[in-house]
Amino acid sequence: MAQGKTADQDQVALICERYQNDPHRMLDILRDVQDQFRWISRETMATVAAKTGLTQVAVEGVASFYAFLSLTPSGRVTIRLCDDIVDRFAGLPAVVEAFETALGFAVGQTSADGAFSLEYTPCIGLCDQAPAAMINDVVVTGLTPEKVREMVAALKGGKRPEDLISHRFDALSPYERAKRMVKNNVRHAGAVLLGPVPEDAGLMKALAQTPAGIIDQIAASGLRGCGGAGFTTGMKWRFAAQAEADRKFIICNADEGEPGTFKDRVLLTERPHLLIEGMTIAARAVGANEGILYLRGEYVYLRPLIEEVLAERRAKGLLGKAIVGVEGFDFDIRLQMGAGAYICGEEGALISSCEGLPGEPKTRPPFPVTCGYLGFPTVVNNVETFCHAARILDCGAQWFFDMGTEGSHGTKLFSVSGDCINPGIYELPYGLSVRALLEMAGGEDAAAVLVGGPSGTMIARDTFDRKLTFDDLATGGAIVVFSAERNILEIVEYYMSFFVHESCGYCTPCRVGNVFLQKAVAKFRQGLANPADIAYLKDLSATIIETSRCGLGMTSPNPILSTLENFPLVYSAMVKPPKDRIRATFDIQSAISDARVLAKRRSSIYDKDFTK
Amino acid sequence: MSGFSFQIDGVEVTAKNGQTIMEAADEAGIYIPRLCDHEGLRHQGGCRVCTVKAGGRSVAACTQPAALDLVVENETPHINKLRRDLVGMLFNEGNHLCPICEASGNCELQAMAYRLGMTEPTKFPYLEPCRPVDASHPDIALDNNRCISCGRCVRASQDVDGKGIFGYVGRGIHRHIAANGPDLQHTDAEVTDFAISAEVCPVGCIIRKREGFARPIGERDYDDHLIGYDIEKKRDE
Repeated sequence: MAQGKTADQDQVALICERYQNDPHRMLDILRDVQDQFRWISRETMATVAAKTGLTQVAVEGVASFYAFLSLTPSGRVTIRLCDDIVDRFAGLPAVVEAFETALGFAVGQTSADGAFSLEYTPCIGLCDQAPAAMINDVVVTGLTPEKVREMVAALKGGKRPEDLISHRFDALSPYERAKRMVKNNVRHAGAVLLGPVPEDAGLMKALAQTPAGIIDQIAASGLRGCGGAGFTTGMKWRFAAQAEADRKFIICNADEGEPGTFKDRVLLTERPHLLIEGMTIAARAVGANEGILYLRGEYVYLRPLIEEVLAERRAKGLLGKAIVGVEGFDFDIRLQMGAGAYICGEEGALISSCEGLPGEPKTRPPFPVTCGYLGFPTVVNNVETFCHAARILDCGAQWFFDMGTEGSHGTKLFSVSGDCINPGIYELPYGLSVRALLEMAGGEDAAAVLVGGPSGTMIARDTFDRKLTFDDLATGGAIVVFSAERNILEIVEYYMSFFVHESCGYCTPCRVGNVFLQKAVAKFRQGLANPADIAYLKDLSATIIETSRCGLGMTSPNPILSTLENFPLVYSAMVKPPKDRIRATFDIQSAISDARVLAKRRSSIYDKDFTK
Repeated sequence: MSGFSFQIDGVEVTAKNGQTIMEAADEAGIYIPRLCDHEGLRHQGGCRVCTVKAGGRSVAACTQPAALDLVVENETPHINKLRRDLVGMLFNEGNHLCPICEASGNCELQAMAYRLGMTEPTKFPYLEPCRPVDASHPDIALDNNRCISCGRCVRASQDVDGKGIFGYVGRGIHRHIAANGPDLQHTDAEVTDFAISAEVCPVGCIIRKREGFARPIGERDYDDHLIGYDIEKKRDE
């Protein structure tokens, strides 16, 4: 290989030893190899396999699963452009062109000298400041062609990506660095999370209670998981508390990957102590001594900040042995970085990823509360859920229960982006209408709103009075606003390509069925669909939903189904009845093109210029 | 061992504690269609062909534990429609040209299609992959174009042979079975491995060289019986 550093195998061995050659730390090992050598070669996989006692193909299985790990040399500076639909509508095509012109090569390539790579990546959690990109471990937002030209010139002139953020980057605190890179855009602070929050008040009150008392309070508050599924938190903690085992784990799911979601980004930046406090309370409640914070690879820029917070809390006796002097209450947390895989937001897949495996969901039952990480009882909760839990312990279950509506208590963070004047974070009690939220965000002109991201529901203007609750429009927090100028089918096709890209491939319906759906939607966009194709979309979607193994396949047809229901004219306008009983998709020229190549001649029937 | 009973399509079935729906059904002589599951191997729950309705919810029978008084629907028109869709997906994901395939007549994918009444092409598009064939090994060839990603060879090699010559690599539609090395020749695969035996690969992906078309038409596995016959005949005994 001309480009890319050939990994020194002694160095690779040292990386393995850094993690005690533990195969369960495979993702950390491969991430470190990737960072140091910019790719993972076959030779490297063999070394890692030998050190960790796995087969080489098992190592390859992990290395080939995650988008941020590369089996070919990638550039010393790797630029990952977020190609989410929101970024596209915010001017991504011009930004791409500027990058390609300035770098001298196209997206998907690496420069000949190995200095730069340019790639696309799905939603990186910066829809409120799109177009955005990752450049190695930093992020840049609000991109314009001018900004791109300046950045590439600086990088070519020998500046580090960090220097693009600040010329005194190294002197800044992790918090200052994060703030220089990314705006919080908090538009409305609610009473629970983004208003004033006293330090560790919840933890102190929790330590004055029995573990069972903590769980009773969480249950009484009505708190439900904020990641999207909405499982009752108190019940989850109770199951884990009742499980008998030598070890128990608390895992924080900071892998928000649903396109259009970025609420956890703001909590991780502004309320990291509250999050760790919530995890510590959960540990006390269920009797766990070990915790893992799984941070999505796209948020690597927040890693130093989280590490600093963990270190600070250890120094203060808020993590580690005998927390706050309570004998026998030991709890510590390790940070697990993801590496570019939406599926890892699924509870079982997240646990697989923490175990150093490809991010494939686990067979349920058994459920994680009895058999989770390494087979031990494990509580997995979303960032926002842990933050809520800490606040509930401080202010009381009733206080939280009284906010919101029946069945949906407390507040919720909404990440609003797309065609609105004030994209950003809104902390509001459950029960508000979509219309009310649009008014706050300056998105009254919306023609369509996607609630809950692509796996949620796309609604039209006539139903903007629907409520943001678990019982009406459930959402993990993503609200994407689309104006009347946007092409609904373009949006749907993008989201289907997203699910095809992010399916883990374990089960047939999700792996194959989503590809079929994507192709069918493409037919509509090209004007090649016939009336029967509408029934085909519904029928295929139903099979995928009913037979898929995890939540990804159970929701991936939603962009199609919810637009078929709420925007039926968009589809029927594109349908043409077949002419002469020939399918519109049949094209004789492309049908014979392979045969032409094989025969090394043109067709005397179908090539008009055959005689010339 | 303590046991309990539950129902499959109205038939009372006895299960032992810890058994899955499929395990109990197999013992009772009720066949639940499956492709990625194979007796003696860990359950995977990947192909989803064994989808049944249990207590009103659709689940994979190979991994779902049986439970007291559970009402399971197996051979209903609705469930069989789902299975036809799944089998159709597997056909169109790869290149399955039965007339020229040496597994024809012994192929579980083909036999499953016949059992489910699939006699014509589906509405699904053909993905027509172009995957490399690995014929490097002196006794074994792999034609990945016919692979249905059931992973039976992966589990057989890992758990029965104790070798791990196969594994899954890649993600999504690109996920596929790979050999533990640059090609099969550079692994410790042997034609006598259980993973390579005729019963493990359900289709014509793992090929034992110089063995093709040995059994004439009329004497092949599924010439006289539908797939699942070996399990269903237990009921008559």
